[in-house]
Amino acid sequence: MSASESRSITVANEQGLHMRPAYLFAETAAKFQSEIEVAKDDLRIDGKSVLSILTLGAAKGAQLELIATGPDAVEAVNTLAELMETGFPESKGSETQDKV
Amino acid sequence: MKFCDFVSTDAIQSEMASAEKEGAIRELVGNLVNAGQINADDAESIVAAIMKREELGSTGIGRGIAVPHTKHPCVDKLVGTVGVSQEGVEFQSLDGEPVQLFFLLVSPPDRPGDHLRALENISRQLRDDMFCKFLKQSKTKKDIQTLLEEADNNQFVS
Repeated sequence: MSASESRSITVANEQGLHMRPAYLFAETAAKFQSEIEVAKDDLRIDGKSVLSILTLGAAKGAQLELIATGPDAVEAVNTLAELMETGFPESKGSETQDKV
Repeated sequence: MKFCDFVSTDAIQSEMASAEKEGAIRELVGNLVNAGQINADDAESIVAAIMKREELGSTGIGRGIAVPHTKHPCVDKLVGTVGVSQEGVEFQSLDGEPVQLFFLLVSPPDRPGDHLRALENISRQLRDDMFCKFLKQSKTKKDIQTLLEEADNNQFVS
């Protein structure tokens, strides 16, 4: 039986889930064994796929549901929720300049 | 947002000539100049900005798709174009595959929402295998235009 963990989160970064945050999220999600899904309204997508994350069109303030299923589900949700809610700190440096 | 809201029909290109990254971007930006979407004087600066963005991480998102983009003050609305390469372009994509489908976007600096909605549309449509396959097979500008229109009419994504 795989453990499942979920959490409601809010997109914090100013420009929403554009390509670089989507990359960072997918890249981080891929480090976990658990299956990672992200839901927004009636969409539920694979959180390890950049293309799928972009289909959410999640702007700042959007409410998302993070769902992880697998042996490291709790850790995955903690890590990914923090990434999302701190506005992807690793990408911040260039984001405040002139890049999307 | 639909393709017709941001893709300059006149700038669409089938059978791209370039086989390398900067050349491909230059070709696509040149098409936007020829279509009257951006000034010739701004082209170099836009190509440079797009290449700088690529250095942060390739916009080749896998499945033979790339979305090179930048913000640039020379546009007051989102402008975009589509290019199809038969041979594929080496683009340091996520999955290492050459890129055949290009969606190039230039956005005004103060409109992150439009950029996000364009990405949303592109990614939703390109998740459809048939749409991807048909686009890669397009041989003429007209083929591409027709496919984008069909996508806008929800013929690929229900």
